[in-house]
Amino acid sequence: MATITYREALNQALAEEMERDDSVFLMGEEVAEYDGAYKVSKGLLDQFGDRRVVDSPISELGFAGLGVGAAMVGLRPVIEFMTFNFSFLALDQVINSAAKMYYMSDGQVHLPMVFRGPTGAALQLSAQHSQACQTWYLHAPGVKLVTPATPADAKGLLKAAIRDEDPVAVMEGELLYNLKGEVPDPEDGDFVIPLGLAEVKREGGDVSIITSGAMVHMALMAAGNLEKDGIDAEVLDLRSLRPLDVDAILATVQKTNRVVVLEEGWPYAGVGAQIAATIQEEAFDDLDAPVLRVTQADVPMPYAKNLEQMAKPSADRVVQACKKVLYTD
Amino acid sequence: MADTKTKEKKEGTRGGGKAELDGFSRDMLHWFLKQMLLYRRFEEKAEEAYAIGKIGGFCHLHIGQEAVAQGVVGPLRPDDYVVTSYRDHTQALAKGVDPGPVMAELYGKKGGSVGGKGGSMHIFGVDVGFMGGHGIVGGQIPLATGIGWAIQYRESDQICVCFLGDAAVNQGAFLESLNMAAVWKLPVIYVVENNEYGMGTAFKRVSALPVVDRAKGTGVPGHAVDGQDVMATWTLIERLASEVRKGGGPQYVDARTYRFRGHSMSDPVSGTYRSKKEVEEKKEEADPITILRDRLFEAKLLKQEELEEMDQAVRVIVDEAAKFADDSPLPTADDLYTHTYKEINEHGRLFLDGRDR
Repeated sequence: MATITYREALNQALAEEMERDDSVFLMGEEVAEYDGAYKVSKGLLDQFGDRRVVDSPISELGFAGLGVGAAMVGLRPVIEFMTFNFSFLALDQVINSAAKMYYMSDGQVHLPMVFRGPTGAALQLSAQHSQACQTWYLHAPGVKLVTPATPADAKGLLKAAIRDEDPVAVMEGELLYNLKGEVPDPEDGDFVIPLGLAEVKREGGDVSIITSGAMVHMALMAAGNLEKDGIDAEVLDLRSLRPLDVDAILATVQKTNRVVVLEEGWPYAGVGAQIAATIQEEAFDDLDAPVLRVTQADVPMPYAKNLEQMAKPSADRVVQACKKVLYTD
Repeated sequence: MADTKTKEKKEGTRGGGKAELDGFSRDMLHWFLKQMLLYRRFEEKAEEAYAIGKIGGFCHLHIGQEAVAQGVVGPLRPDDYVVTSYRDHTQALAKGVDPGPVMAELYGKKGGSVGGKGGSMHIFGVDVGFMGGHGIVGGQIPLATGIGWAIQYRESDQICVCFLGDAAVNQGAFLESLNMAAVWKLPVIYVVENNEYGMGTAFKRVSALPVVDRAKGTGVPGHAVDGQDVMATWTLIERLASEVRKGGGPQYVDARTYRFRGHSMSDPVSGTYRSKKEVEEKKEEADPITILRDRLFEAKLLKQEELEEMDQAVRVIVDEAAKFADDSPLPTADDLYTHTYKEINEHGRLFLDGRDR
């Protein structure tokens, strides 16, 4: 095991998969000569050349669609969005082409491709650069979505996404790129984490915090604070939002009977809404309290530091929500 | 139905026989005419079936634009790719998709080219390089560009043709795609089927420049051709295809044509946006089938009885296609969820509707 950053873990995943399979190429804004806006692709141009590591023009709709077209005839494109905020310009190609092509061609065309980049808020980037984009990609059947929280998950899930036969969005945490963690060494074998497997990041028996992506760290912080009050919280990291590990969700509900869903995005039609619906449909009798959600405030992200703090979910809000479902507040 | 797949010609030849009209052999010209008659009769049959409720949804007919399909797809190699918009039946036939499955798709049947999942707007025939009809105006342009990218990536000498309507040149996808194709010299020919109207809006009302000039800012060379003249269209595309195949970069064609029907079956042929007189005049003067027929008559390369035989033969093909569609079963509940994902992952749920499957 080596301790590396989330950024290096993603870089390793790209390099290993490009090494393994010549049909994999990386395209996006600034990915080649600039080494990537977040330096995820550092060194890949030197290693693989400009045939396979390609700077695109600022044309999200165009290069996302180009990726779909290349995948239609068997290449395995990795399309990087500098951030998923910019991918809204490409949503026609994501939703109308990528998600639906396999179905509407009745299986004649499948799309082994990845859309990746950071999602969620960083610091004081305000409304158009601070949003969790998961819901847009989850709503339409046909696209899979993973949200790695740790360097190991980043590497293992990106490799799985590149090998998957369907379009997979890999949404990275904008504030996680410098996060360090242990990742199995390449010499110890191929490290791939299958899509659809959640992971309990902290065991606990009193209340379940179900979350994913960057919010996993907030949930762990909240769990640490709850411990001081004698409350033992379990943190379930979904890791993959489609396929969704419903078995793991039901297992933690059955264990603690109390659930808080923590998500970075807005509440309306969000990930938490889906999870709460699934829990009440399939584990209603296991619940001792209503499922609560901690989300971003239902407003665009403001710039001012104090307002931004108020808008974002926080460990304190998670603690409060947990106490509420435990009826101890 | 084998008659429709007359693919014995070789790229760059004009039918092999003695050149008899503008460098085209008699056999070749007969093949053009027969194919165009097939496209016309096929669409007329679809029109008839729509009227009696056998076809639902949107159904965009290609009547009046047959020479573009034949003149553009005809010179391509079988391993070249074609991508198009939702007005796609005729291009599919031209690329070699069998008429039966195309008609069955319109009927929403299991035997349809995509099993009843796509309908009129989404015909696919990947085995013959027909990469689909796509339903969002301009949405297919980046896809074709990506197919061109893949061809170049693999150092193949195939090419990709992208059909689009005139209205699609006003989409951002058009500019973004042509720019990338020009920068990377991708092997794509973008062919605008310029039928003068985007649904009910005349192109000249929404563009300051004519179609042929709309690629100018991208560096992709533009060409205009009379899209009602199959020989002229074929000649241009044959030349461009050869240049593109040699690595010369993308090309752009304004194929000037005209739609004899409404935008789709649910739209009027004329009325508020174009006059009945205009449509009647175009049908009289610019019917691509009549134009070719009359040239052949004039050059004494076609006899009336040959034309009648040809028409009879394609009507048989179309009737067989309709019978195939009629006889094909409906898709079943088992088909509802298939082909949503190619890979059903071992872990986790992909379908969140809570239904039993």
